[in-house]
Amino acid sequence: MADTDNSDAARTAPRDTVVLQIATRKGAWLFHSDRDRASWQADGPHFLGHIIHELVLDPRDGRTLLAAASTGHLGPTIFRSTDFGQSWQEAGKPPAFAPEAGGTGRAVDHTFCLTPCHDNEPGAWYAGTSPQGLFRSDDGGATWAPFSCINDDPRYRAWMGTAQDGTPDGPKLHSILVDPGNPAHLYCGMSGGGVHETTDGGRTFAPLIQGLGVVPGFDREDPTFHDPHALAMCPSNPDRIYQQNHCGIYRLDRPGDRWVHIGESMPKAVGDIGFPIVAHPRDQDTAWVVPMDGTDVWPRTSPGGRPAVYRTRDGGESWQRQDGGLPREQAWWTVKRQGMCADALDPVGLYFGTTSGELWMSRDEGESWACIARHLPEIYAVRAGQPAPGPLGP
Amino acid sequence: MNVRIPTPLHSYTGTGQVQARGDTLAAVLADLDHQFPGIRFRIVDEQNRTRRHMRLFVNQRAVFDLSHPLQDSDEVAIVQALSGG
Repeated sequence: MADTDNSDAARTAPRDTVVLQIATRKGAWLFHSDRDRASWQADGPHFLGHIIHELVLDPRDGRTLLAAASTGHLGPTIFRSTDFGQSWQEAGKPPAFAPEAGGTGRAVDHTFCLTPCHDNEPGAWYAGTSPQGLFRSDDGGATWAPFSCINDDPRYRAWMGTAQDGTPDGPKLHSILVDPGNPAHLYCGMSGGGVHETTDGGRTFAPLIQGLGVVPGFDREDPTFHDPHALAMCPSNPDRIYQQNHCGIYRLDRPGDRWVHIGESMPKAVGDIGFPIVAHPRDQDTAWVVPMDGTDVWPRTSPGGRPAVYRTRDGGESWQRQDGGLPREQAWWTVKRQGMCADALDPVGLYFGTTSGELWMSRDEGESWACIARHLPEIYAVRAGQPAPGPLGP
Repeated sequence: MNVRIPTPLHSYTGTGQVQARGDTLAAVLADLDHQFPGIRFRIVDEQNRTRRHMRLFVNQRAVFDLSHPLQDSDEVAIVQALSGG
């Protein structure tokens, strides 16, 4: 069991504090602030030199942190902390596919996303992996087991394609949405492999891809050719889901099963390709995206070197550019699919981390932006949470 | 037998050289995992394949077969290719 110790003087979390969970290519950081969010205290690096794909504070207890870790060479694992990173315990059984005869089966390259299960399932977590796999822990992240038919059913495996069909850093199951009204009702997004829904606790999944675009010339009916980049369920209405897709921005209103291409109303010069998408915590009509350059060779930079967030306040009928405080030129970074989030305060705080290692935030729902930190490693994931009141330590 | 441990795995062992038992490489890795839980999965994946960039040497010769027989006098080295940026 590999434990690390990052003990600092004990700190205390008052009510209404915010802690950002920053996962990077070279380690993890926590950034603490009060509800004003005007100043931030950095705590890190944790796991310096390790690739941290996501760091997540359990919203159900406000204390448990899980980190999805690997290095460039070592196999993947999960670390858990209940004292805000002063000590970490490694999972005794990290996510791993079932062994196959002859050693020809798939192996988890890394855990990409960590998602708390339903509020009524304390200590239970889902993990999405690269290559595409879905796993569950029922003991707070200590042990993990394959979950549902997705990992091994030949039909789903066919939809996932091969490693060569995947994104540059590997094909992945990147989004897991849990219906707050029904623990057995989940959505997942695979890049590639499409969006899928289960209503029976993962025993079966059905594709949910109607209305989504695919690269011209390919069959829209085949999930293999679908490439959702990120899914976001509206906290204020779990029946509304936003999606940033390889082919644009979409919205789905259940029980409907056809996605609406809401990115068509984005400025043509900017386009509607990107990776992250964030829903407002209290307004189902408000969401944010960070467009990137998806032309010709897909530079994956801000369009024209002028980064901006775009916001809709009418469910995607229209979009407004929000670039106050962001660089006006020669800023060629972008934001990865897990690199943007919102807090739950009023007004909503928005946060994103860049491929160039900058951490930005807005205290006014995107109207203006300020840089919290520079010179971090490439940022993979940014999450915001509220720690439980009390000492930030044992 | 002596087993040399690369620095990225010192968080498990606390040192660069440990003792382990086993009559095959697989058995030695199992013994290491018993002593230092979690270390084997960082070296070998769930399909029993040595992970990319991880190499196992016996008496300074690269060995790729985990069923390779060992004697107590052998020296095993776990080596990690530190490549990339």
